[in-house]
Amino acid sequence: MIKPVILWSDVLIYLLVISVVAFLIQLRKRPQTRERWRSVFTSKVGMVSFVVIAFYVLVALLDSLHYREALPPSGEGEQTTAYSSEVKSVLDVVLHNLHESNEKTYSAPFAIYSFAKENLEADDGSIYRDYPRLEHAGKHLDDPSERTGDILWRTLVALMTGLLIAAVLIGLHKYVLRGSDGDNGIPWKAAYITIAILSMFTCWVIQLSEFYHVMGTNKVGADVMYSSIKAIRTGVLIGTLATMVTLPFAIILGISAGYFKGLVDDIVQYLYTTLSSIPSILLIAASVLLVDVYIETNAEEFNLTILRSDFKFLALCAILGLTSWTTLCRLLRAETLKVSQLEYVQAAHAFGVSHGNIISRHILPNITHIILIALVLDFSMFVLAEALLSYIGVGVDPSMHSWGNMINAARSELSRDPFVWWPVISAFLLMFTLVLAANLFSDEVRNAFDPRTVKEGN
Amino acid sequence: MTNNTVLQVNDLKVRVGQRGHELVKGISFHIDQGEIFALVGESGSGKSLTSLSIMRLLPNALQVAGGSIVLRDTHLFRLTEAQMNDVRGKRIAMIFQEPQSSLNPVQTIGDQLKEVIQLHQDIAASEMNQKMISLLEEVGIPEPAARLKWYPHQLSGGQKQRIMIAMALACEPELLIADEPTTALDVTIQRQILELLDKLRKSHNLSVLLITHDMGVVAEMADRVAVMQYGEILEQADRDTFFKNPQHEYSRRLINSLPGMDHYLSANSQDNLLSVDGLKIWFPKKKGILQRTVGHTKAVDDVSFSVGKQETLALVGESGSGKTTTGKAILRLNEIYGGSIRFDGQEITDLNRKAFMPLRRDIQIIFQDPFSSMNPRMSIREIIEEGMLSLEVGQNEQEREATMQRLLDRVGMLPEHLNRYPHEFSGGQRQRIAIARALAVNPKLIICDEPTSALDVSIRGQVLDLLRELQDELGVSYLFITHDLSIIPHLAHRVAVMKNGQIVEQGATEQIMRSPQHPYTQQLLAAAPRSPLEHAS
Repeated sequence: MIKPVILWSDVLIYLLVISVVAFLIQLRKRPQTRERWRSVFTSKVGMVSFVVIAFYVLVALLDSLHYREALPPSGEGEQTTAYSSEVKSVLDVVLHNLHESNEKTYSAPFAIYSFAKENLEADDGSIYRDYPRLEHAGKHLDDPSERTGDILWRTLVALMTGLLIAAVLIGLHKYVLRGSDGDNGIPWKAAYITIAILSMFTCWVIQLSEFYHVMGTNKVGADVMYSSIKAIRTGVLIGTLATMVTLPFAIILGISAGYFKGLVDDIVQYLYTTLSSIPSILLIAASVLLVDVYIETNAEEFNLTILRSDFKFLALCAILGLTSWTTLCRLLRAETLKVSQLEYVQAAHAFGVSHGNIISRHILPNITHIILIALVLDFSMFVLAEALLSYIGVGVDPSMHSWGNMINAARSELSRDPFVWWPVISAFLLMFTLVLAANLFSDEVRNAFDPRTVKEGN
Repeated sequence: MTNNTVLQVNDLKVRVGQRGHELVKGISFHIDQGEIFALVGESGSGKSLTSLSIMRLLPNALQVAGGSIVLRDTHLFRLTEAQMNDVRGKRIAMIFQEPQSSLNPVQTIGDQLKEVIQLHQDIAASEMNQKMISLLEEVGIPEPAARLKWYPHQLSGGQKQRIMIAMALACEPELLIADEPTTALDVTIQRQILELLDKLRKSHNLSVLLITHDMGVVAEMADRVAVMQYGEILEQADRDTFFKNPQHEYSRRLINSLPGMDHYLSANSQDNLLSVDGLKIWFPKKKGILQRTVGHTKAVDDVSFSVGKQETLALVGESGSGKTTTGKAILRLNEIYGGSIRFDGQEITDLNRKAFMPLRRDIQIIFQDPFSSMNPRMSIREIIEEGMLSLEVGQNEQEREATMQRLLDRVGMLPEHLNRYPHEFSGGQRQRIAIARALAVNPKLIICDEPTSALDVSIRGQVLDLLRELQDELGVSYLFITHDLSIIPHLAHRVAVMKNGQIVEQGATEQIMRSPQHPYTQQLLAAAPRSPLEHAS
């Protein structure tokens, strides 16, 4: 028996997915915009980075389906089932190998011995200090010297499995596409290669984790790969949710300032100049501390750890969003000022079209490119901002997996001798891939939507 | 090739990329010493590409695919880039269309002039100042010694163009390329610049390649003319032969696009549709933290005129004279400071947004730039229908659809164009669509804000004809705002001349054009390029 747990952040991320799907359906009616999006996907870079981002989003979505498992009934005839206080997600099922094989403390990637010496008992009963064998990693090996061969063999098998899965996916896609006309200039080959690489990587991680810790373990013996993958949800969510918080402020205030001018403009300008003259780190730190106090005083509402960390996480998204809308707002105000002077807006005035209609039909569509570009750029900025804030200790809850928390821990890990490098590298690689993909994708979006790069008539 | 030839262009071809579309298709011409050679054509004819090829400044995407250009004895295509740099500025100089963007706004005139001279000539610092002053004197800049310390924004457009000419002349070039040198200037200033060019040509024995689309300029200035269309030279002749006996059909069309000045429309309307009385549009100047109003910029000051039913009033003036501001104020796109506007007997100055709504059906506007007057993200149907929907013209969808199809057909477009987007049409076609959009709500008065100044000459005539036919058919009145005096006899019943926000003279077209009373009107008329037919005979 399981009991689904619905967190607020889960609801929000699925709402977002639904609105993206709605946007895509609505896109079918607009041939011009569809053409532009097509041009994003006709570039190899755009396609590859999209596939990578989609993979991250998929992981985040799987990680956003939470449930609690029922505990085995403690006594006979008990009517109510008790549920475990541990909230799991669907992703945990996929990664159960990583999740359930905890060691005592640090161990290096693919190690079968612990990283710290312990008192061990020899066969003759004497006590000596040495590196003990790990509890889970490599326990199937009788002889430690078989390790390299074993890893290589299992890697080969895993890669083949990954390739097979990729082949099935690609075959399915080709089967679906068979009716349509050719390839439309979309570089499917690049997409296929990316999918194959991602699938091989996933298989490799999952299969090898059964026998080893691919990226080692951390201080409390938890698998580092597991934490870094779980941190994907945090990264993706903070990127999207914080951006979504900025948008309404930036769009509504920016357009009204640029369109109505006068007093409205004065007020909006006053607002964002004031806000942007306060150091944002200070503002964020203060707000996060406020949220902490709120959680302390209302402890009974947050009876599960995950509820508490989720609340804190959402608060962080909101705070980040509330302090970061000024740049986009300023850009939109300037662009609206420009567009509202154009003759087609004047023509609409001459036809007595209402303000609402002018904004939604003439102004908004002609500044969408700025919003889109800012949206994708802000995404990577927020992912990095989360890491930075967690590093200085005002970020997400320490119980939540996040790259920032991992990097924060690296402060002491890197100052040890010999130093522990794998948690920070693991966090860095996954974050780097996401941010790089997002930045490359934003470049492509900018190229396709920026009127200065688009030739008239294209 | 004689000793007298400065530039010889042989079979020049320019194409896109390695094997793309040819934009200039093998043209040949030569320019003699001390001659003004005019290359005439409309936008897209390849005339500017030809001049860029001579300077070897073609954009990267374009390539010279064949032919040769010889300056005196130098084959320009055989020079290295470094040698070519010596030719540019020193032997061939160029002046551009837009003086506003050709000068660096953060450097003084003197610094920029000095830079050009130092690049190509070895002049001692003590003589430099004297040289610069004499250059500025030559191009007719008053107080040249003081002006050297000025910044470009302190000068007017005409003075900037004079500075550009001084820079071009600084190194005594053999050939001067003038790429539409007067298009961005007002008529009176255009006149002065042309006279200056002609004077310098004579005093320096300079050869000029004049690139233009304006037949009036050609008729005044050129010694020989070549007409370009679609990358080919259709016809080459000396000026008098060309205007008397044009060989090619296209040349004839270009020449005839200049309307003659002998036929006038007479004012015949008795009842006034629109009457403007003492209109003032003042913009407050604000100062200090409290934004106190300390004075006013008087864009339009005490202007009175009237437009009769089925009549066209031409509002003529140079840029900055307040004519567009007046037009927009009638539509309430600008705030009115004082005065009264009456439309069909009803006072409309004080109406609020809602009360003005019904009048928007009666007064419509056609803008100057057909490229920015339509939302690029809406289809033609949405563009035309927007006004009908918002002003509740047409009962239902079928009726609106029928109206739109009829209008498109009337302005010479096809009904299936409704589903297309603005970028699929040329400038002339867009202006026709803009006319259809204005007509869709059955207006009584259309304010035409320079509707033809962004169009090529041969299309200009067609659009003007269309406007006149529509007036006869539908009985609309036009307030026609323009700076181009040559199209007025063609179109207007009455003329009002504006200067610095005031009307200096108004009356029937024939009276104003034949015997202008005010000195400013006389100046404007004298500056307008004369009809080439008159000129040649």
